[in-house]
Amino acid sequence: MTEFIRFEKTELLTTIYVTGEVDLSNSAELRKTILGALKTTPTVKVDLADVEYIDSSGIAAMVEGLQFANSNARFFGISNPSTQVRSILELARLDQVFDID
Amino acid sequence: MSSAKNKQQPESKTVIEVNDLVTHYGQRKILDGVNLNIKKGEIRVIMGGSGSGKSTLLWHILGLYQPTRGQIKLLGNDIHTMSFNDQLKLKQDIGVSFQSGALFSSMTVGDNVALPLREFTDLDENTIRIISRMKLEVVNLGGFHKLMPSQLSGGMTKRAALARSIVLDPKLLFFDEPSAGLDPVVASEIDDLILSLRDTMGMSMVVVTHELDSAFKIADKITVLDKGKNLMTGTVEEINKSDNKRVMDLLQRRSRHDKLNPSEYLRRLTQENYTLS
Amino acid sequence: MTKALITKVESVGMWTYQSIERVGFALRLFWDSFYWLIVGRRYKQKLRLRQVVEQIRVNGFDALPIVMALSFVVGMMLSIQLLYALSDFGAQSQVLLAIAKSVTREFSPLITGIIVAGRSGAAIAARIGSQVVSQEIDALKVIGIVPVRYLVLPPLLGLIVSMPLLVICADVLAIFGGAIFSVIDLNMSISAYMVESFNVLVVGDIMQGLVKSVVFGVIIVLVGATTGFHVTGGAEGVGKATTTAVVISISFIVLADMIASYFLTQ
Repeated sequence: MTEFIRFEKTELLTTIYVTGEVDLSNSAELRKTILGALKTTPTVKVDLADVEYIDSSGIAAMVEGLQFANSNARFFGISNPSTQVRSILELARLDQVFDID
Repeated sequence: MSSAKNKQQPESKTVIEVNDLVTHYGQRKILDGVNLNIKKGEIRVIMGGSGSGKSTLLWHILGLYQPTRGQIKLLGNDIHTMSFNDQLKLKQDIGVSFQSGALFSSMTVGDNVALPLREFTDLDENTIRIISRMKLEVVNLGGFHKLMPSQLSGGMTKRAALARSIVLDPKLLFFDEPSAGLDPVVASEIDDLILSLRDTMGMSMVVVTHELDSAFKIADKITVLDKGKNLMTGTVEEINKSDNKRVMDLLQRRSRHDKLNPSEYLRRLTQENYTLS
Repeated sequence: MTKALITKVESVGMWTYQSIERVGFALRLFWDSFYWLIVGRRYKQKLRLRQVVEQIRVNGFDALPIVMALSFVVGMMLSIQLLYALSDFGAQSQVLLAIAKSVTREFSPLITGIIVAGRSGAAIAARIGSQVVSQEIDALKVIGIVPVRYLVLPPLLGLIVSMPLLVICADVLAIFGGAIFSVIDLNMSISAYMVESFNVLVVGDIMQGLVKSVVFGVIIVLVGATTGFHVTGGAEGVGKATTTAVVISISFIVLADMIASYFLTQ
């Protein structure tokens, strides 16, 4: 639980590592972390390599991050989504909206 | 847990279990000892002629009706013995798409989809807006959130209802006649949506339908009900190969060509006070 | 012949049974509404204040013009009749008292009750009825929203709040209507008439009207909702339920009015 979100921060880049399952019980925390990071560093990346499951509220948190980044001239991206996460993004065609690497 | 591709998971567990369900409507027996066992990630189609009890079965599984006897377990919980709060928690894991859509006519499509989120989560209003519009995108209704349900066509209503039913990312999804009354193109769109939801989210689904094309396209297994009893359960091939006369009737819609009792038939046409016995 | 008679008796029996069942259903709705009002928060069935405010607006505020207009007219009508009847005894001066008392105790709540029954009772029955027909009630249930909390409690609270407010407006307008016509005969100014009217009224007079109006409000919602929930037979059924709701709620209002008048006027 404590290891759900971990982040590495440099002056220009915050990388947020998410582990386990993102659902209604913890997506608000992810949202806060993303928006908080975007206020302090110009580039924020969310690493989803260790995410087993992400629900809509988790995806919504990232959409909100992207929206905040775009309207404040910052950069928000996703890295290493699993096939499951990627297929959920594709379902809502968000794979064409997010910067994924 | 590691993958959503639980379609062929060997150890897939039972998510819906119905044991010996019996129910009456007045004196008439509607369901007469129905059994179901549906695995995680499975799409089960329930078929049967009108009056076979297939819709009644669905309403019982959803807890809208009380059976005379029998047990219903959803995700391992006996729905008749659960506390109110447990039932409520279970309902978050269930999505239902009604035949008529059953959108709340007094609110916009967007508010309809957002309603379960507003009622049962503590999410920020921004997040709720994003989730509900995302779901509308999934069903190809992006940008339609401001319309009222009365402004939607039949196919759009069903898709909006589907969006509402999946807004909480349920584990179980129920459909009552998802493609009834739709033209073939729209109906097959809905079928594709059903399949892609299962493949991406790993949902288990029960689809009550009488549309053969749609049933054969989406079903992992088909259960055929007849007069409130399980007639047959099997894969599409098994159902297709079946030499059971009632199943064949259903497949070819030959039920009207049942052997006719001439004197009974004549009475039906002529007697003033004729009632079905 | 006997067969027809048996059918008749049977149908009377069925009707009685059904009526008793409906009354039971209505009382259950009333009980459930307050049950969910009190414990709702614990079961994620919180009442939305916004819904209640909306109901006060639709059922109360929007009815204000017609309630005020009709009570004004009734006030005038009363003064015409009373002036005529009392002049035979040379007791015109009592018109003011008679109008003030009868309006606050009887006419205002009754007029308001009948108008609101026609507007809101019909609307509630139609709304719930069409939701039954279109499976919206089932949809609420499977989503996990208790229909009573969502569909009955808000209008119930809405009318409990707005009925007394409507009655107060009706009181003022009816007395004003009476004043317009009476002042010439009584040789008073309108403002003096109004002030005098409120002087002759005691708290009990006003309260009787207000208590009745709350009871009427509850009747209107319960009858509307009960007929709505029992709708069968599609759109036609909804239409029938609307008419039934209005007729039954007005009947119950008049009955309740009589009973309340008897007990409150001892």
